[in-house]
Formats: sequence, C-alpha cells, structure tokens
Amino acid sequence: MADSIRLHYDVSGTDFTLAGAASSDVKRTLKQLGISPDAIRNVAIAMYEGEINMVIHAGGGEIDVEITENDIRMVLEDHGPGIENVELAMKEGYSTAPDNIRSLGFGAGMGLPNIKKYTDDFRIETQLGVGTKLILKVNI
Amino acid sequence: MKMWVKKMKIKDFAEKLELKVLTAYDDSKEIKGCYCGDLLSWVMSRAKEGDAWLTVMGNVNAVAVAVLTECACIVLTENASLDEQAKQKAEMQGVCFLQSSENAYELAVKISELI
Repeated sequence: MADSIRLHYDVSGTDFTLAGAASSDVKRTLKQLGISPDAIRNVAIAMYEGEINMVIHAGGGEIDVEITENDIRMVLEDHGPGIENVELAMKEGYSTAPDNIRSLGFGAGMGLPNIKKYTDDFRIETQLGVGTKLILKVNI
Repeated sequence: MKMWVKKMKIKDFAEKLELKVLTAYDDSKEIKGCYCGDLLSWVMSRAKEGDAWLTVMGNVNAVAVAVLTECACIVLTENASLDEQAKQKAEMQGVCFLQSSENAYELAVKISELI
C-alpha cells in the first residue's frame, strides 16, 4: 500500500488575509494527485470554513491533513473558548460572530453545518475554556 | 431552458457590459455562468468554476473564496469598492475584479443574455 501524504498548517489567529491559504494549498496538492473534483471541492469547503472559524472564534489553530488511498482525513484543532452549545452551533443560521465579522461577509451561521454537509465523517470534540477539535474525513 | 452553453473571455465580458477593470487579469479564463451573493459561506459552497461572481464584497476574504471556487472573476456591483489589500492579493493570486454601477439583478439579467 502506498504511503499516505501528510500536510500540516498553522492558522494565524490575527491575520485575516491569510485565511484560506491552507485550504488553497491542500486543493492544489489534491489536484496534482488527480483526486476527483467532487472530493477536492468537499475538502476545500470544509477546510475553508474550519480556517475561518479558527480566525473568527479561536485566535488561530492547527490543521493536519492526511491523504490516503481511500480518503482525505483532516484534524482541525484550536485552543479557543470552546463551543457552549454544539447542537445550536450545528444549526444553519445560528452564529455568535460579532457585527464587524458579519460586515466582512461571514457570520451566516453556515460554518459548521457546511463542514458537516460536505464531509463523509464528522466528529467534534469541544470543551469550554480548552478548545475545539474537528475530526473530518472525505472519501475519495 | 437553454440548450447551449456559451463561454466568454473576460475582456469581451467587460467590454459588452461596460465594466471597469480593477485588477490585472489572465484572459485565458472563460466565463461560463453567473452567481450572486455576499455571504461568503454560501458562495463558497455554491458558486461554480467559471462563474462571474456578483457581489459587494471587495475584501481579501472574497479573494480567498474566488480562488477556492475557481470562479472566473468577481464583479463588484453598485460600484462597491475594492480595498487595497484585496487588490494586491487578487493580483498575486490571479483573481480578476471588475466593477459595475448596476445592481446584481440588473447586471445578472444582462449576463443571462450574453452567456
């Protein structure tokens, strides 16, 4: 079996201009590997939403991506405030983003729902005051 | 229902719709469709490769969404402004920004006649 490819990204918590950089890089890598456009699209959407969440809510974080023969696995971890009510956060349209973030085009309450919608496996671990970890998988 | 798909180069698109070109661009890109929206998460998951994206969001985050969705260009409607930081990032990443005085509806109607 071929070795998997591992990628690691540090997501800045202060620099909005860099948000999307990790997703773009993963997208480029997946294209080079000849992964199907649908899988690439799903990964790009999920990762971008994850990156934005880290910048808006958590002061940055880290993303690890593993590309195997059968799937793309992503672990997004931050040490932000944690999510108080996961059930609410998973509801489309619910957002705790402040007004200045909304004026940038975010805060639609679509982040986590989009991540779940575009991944084949979605797990969330969160603890108040400790942080949030998303474990995601997109089948190839 | 349209039975054909027309494609259009950015240069022709900008000329026909009297759009102002705000950034340098790669004219090999073709416009195949159109998407309107300002909420980035919404656009991110719905705009398609080759779309002309009509929005009022002229910031760096719009550039990131354009790169990820591979839309052909961003058209800032109602003369919405492009900030300097976004202009630099767009030129670095090959994202073309155009600008129109019309609103998204008026412009989309004209686009539907073109492509």
